[in-house]
Amino acid sequence: MKPIIHTHEAIIVGGGGAGLMAALYASRNSDVAVLSKLYPTRSHTGAAQGGIGAALGNEEDDNWEWHSYDTVKGGDYLSDQDAVDILTKDAVDVVIELEHMGLPFDRFPSGRISQRRFGGHTNNETGRPVMRACHAADRTGHMILQTLYQQCIKNKVNFFDEFHVVDLIRVGDTVRGVVAIEIDTGDFHIFHGKAVLFATGGWGRCWEVTSNAHSLTGDGAAICMRRGIPMEDMEFFQFHPTGIFKLGILITEGVRGEGGVLINGEGERFMERYAPSIKDLASRDVVSRAIYLEIQAGRGINGKNYVHLDITPDTVNHYLQKDGYKDRSITREYIEEKLPDIADFTKTYLGVDPVHEPMPIQPTAHYAMGGIPTDNDARVLLDHEGTVLPGLYAAGECACVSVHGANRLGTNSLTDLVVFGRRAGKEMTKFCQETELLPLPENAADEIIAEFERIRHNQGSSKVFALRDRMQKLMTEKVGVFRVQEPMDQAVTQLAEVYQQWYDDVSVDDKGKKFNTDLLEAWELGCLIQLAQATAVSAAARQESRGAHARDDYPKRDDVNWLKHSYCYMKEDGRFELGYEPVHLGRYEPKERVY
Amino acid sequence: MKIDLRVRRFNPEKDEKPWWGEYKLDDVNSTDSVLDLLHRVKWEQDGTLTLRRSCAHGVCGSDAMRINGANALACKMLVARLRKEGADHAKIQVEPILGLTVVKDLVVDMEPFFDHYKSVLPFFITNTAVPEDGRERLQTQEDRSRFDDTTKCILCAACTTSCPSFWANDKYVGPAAIVQAHRFIFDSRDEAAEERLNIMNEQFGVWKCRTAFNCTSACPRDIEVTRAIAEVKMALTTGTI
Repeated sequence: MKPIIHTHEAIIVGGGGAGLMAALYASRNSDVAVLSKLYPTRSHTGAAQGGIGAALGNEEDDNWEWHSYDTVKGGDYLSDQDAVDILTKDAVDVVIELEHMGLPFDRFPSGRISQRRFGGHTNNETGRPVMRACHAADRTGHMILQTLYQQCIKNKVNFFDEFHVVDLIRVGDTVRGVVAIEIDTGDFHIFHGKAVLFATGGWGRCWEVTSNAHSLTGDGAAICMRRGIPMEDMEFFQFHPTGIFKLGILITEGVRGEGGVLINGEGERFMERYAPSIKDLASRDVVSRAIYLEIQAGRGINGKNYVHLDITPDTVNHYLQKDGYKDRSITREYIEEKLPDIADFTKTYLGVDPVHEPMPIQPTAHYAMGGIPTDNDARVLLDHEGTVLPGLYAAGECACVSVHGANRLGTNSLTDLVVFGRRAGKEMTKFCQETELLPLPENAADEIIAEFERIRHNQGSSKVFALRDRMQKLMTEKVGVFRVQEPMDQAVTQLAEVYQQWYDDVSVDDKGKKFNTDLLEAWELGCLIQLAQATAVSAAARQESRGAHARDDYPKRDDVNWLKHSYCYMKEDGRFELGYEPVHLGRYEPKERVY
Repeated sequence: MKIDLRVRRFNPEKDEKPWWGEYKLDDVNSTDSVLDLLHRVKWEQDGTLTLRRSCAHGVCGSDAMRINGANALACKMLVARLRKEGADHAKIQVEPILGLTVVKDLVVDMEPFFDHYKSVLPFFITNTAVPEDGRERLQTQEDRSRFDDTTKCILCAACTTSCPSFWANDKYVGPAAIVQAHRFIFDSRDEAAEERLNIMNEQFGVWKCRTAFNCTSACPRDIEVTRAIAEVKMALTTGTI
């Protein structure tokens, strides 16, 4: 059957924070379609908890330049500083805009938006943690997602819910649209348009223990890679320090922002040794490594591979006094009001009430700093020389602007979504007004339809879950928190084998059309494996330690040779090649990172 | 422990009528969720088993199901809560939520649910200009707390599809839509309360609620749904918010 053809000027793939913000802006002057493989309100933006970073200075002195410096330092100087300035300046304005859209932020007694402390965000003069994370309890992402969706409903944005985008229609250096499967019917649809935005989120499902949703399989990034677009800085993937032990469910850094502390098996607040100045609120890469070092030294709880996160009022108040915060203390009621979802998660999954007992935690694969390379207006780059592919855009976690550099600060993901989602929407609409609709090539969907038929009828014996399990174990063991040359080289070879096995031998039980999630999961696994390959290749090449990329064999940062972004290209024959582009420096000269 | 899992199956491409799939699972931990069990069936035994899921920790709202006769999110319902204390064997039955058409297995047609949602003007409305200083509108902590509970809704439909009034007549907007209306009616910054209350006052609005309380028990976010509905009824009765 022939694919069904739709025409819209701007096509937005992904209904999370970045996609919806772009949709709001683009739909003011252009005809927009938003495609999501979920219902938009199921997107993983809704799982973000602690806050959105913006230097409002509602309770104490703060300014966007401090936020810039903290972001650049947090990113271990790999962030492009021009992009970071846009992020932090626009952050203030965009948070106010969200409030004007009705977002129910918590409030200070003054009636202004409530802010809390978060890792790596400081008063640059005193070096102490600053209240910068604007929040709605511990469900800030949920409120952003709901508010943006509500505004899209109000503004009658066209949604195509449960349409799974599986290919980009690229002709030379132009884009003509995307191909999607309507999940309910299994029919293929072509969305023909002038501009396409990918806002499809991350790929934490490459690792065994992750905070990411099952649906975060990196589709948008993998589709771009298959259509000749390189992936930038793939070796930088963040492990969040505090995931629920074994499950990986996120426990917000806001717990530590409110005074929570990490405790090892000897009852010691060990972050005092690793980051004497801001301790538990050091940036995430630093804290995750510290937890692993404690566990390796046998100082996990009862010698096991986890530590405790303690927000019980007695413990918190003890350390607040010790740290010289004479006028700060917290109560059980305060915790219950500020962190209700955390309490719900730990009660549900662990039977632990965090106001009475500490929570067992371990680092969890959380966030891709790297991804589809873009300029500061979300325009996708074709190469490390900075060539723009007109009409193609990316924003949010799947994109690499790069503002997060080698390690993202907490709260900056939500900021990134709305700031660069907004810029993408504005830029797309401008592009749509300036250009004509280019014709669809003939049989634009044939290649991807054939690929799906191949997977559907493959006579193999490999199950999706078994291959996924093998990939996740390889990534966890060899391309995880600590990295060494030889295991990474093995991972590169072995992941290529896993991909080949997936290609030759994967089989699905469901051969039908209707709501065939078996088939879609098999296809998603192909995306994950290729992104894992790009990650391993990029990581094996970088011979230094920087941010989230920590190597035992090259423990120091090397600015002479490695102050540059990597670009990983996937070739037609499945090989990967690397190119490099210098970091855009600015006001902040690289120096040693101390917390 | 061992689990006997019964799942209501229906694939309109093949089946004339629904049937029960029966699956045996060994080595189940009491801390496993029903979603974990369904995944094991799908991944290890029968890939055709079809369900929606995403975040797997109760915040995205994809996997509302009827589990042992009561609505819950599969990812938040642990085996420990479905077995007799200390037992090493349990029977668990999973069906699609009721009152919406089954698309395939545990997947139902969510469109009527979202149509009800959209009917209550679920978005912020005001005609007052933003503050001249360009900053946020002010709101007291007390005003903010009035609608805090209803901001937690994840639109999973567990409440609406547990409601006898909705089962009896699917034109009823249902508890989830009323929760959304409540979130805006009681927001001191919003100015369309009257319009929304008029919608709530219509034939298939809030008065169809018979206070069965099923919605409150079903809510995976612990929203006091019946109370929110009562507050909307009270606002209609007294004319004050």
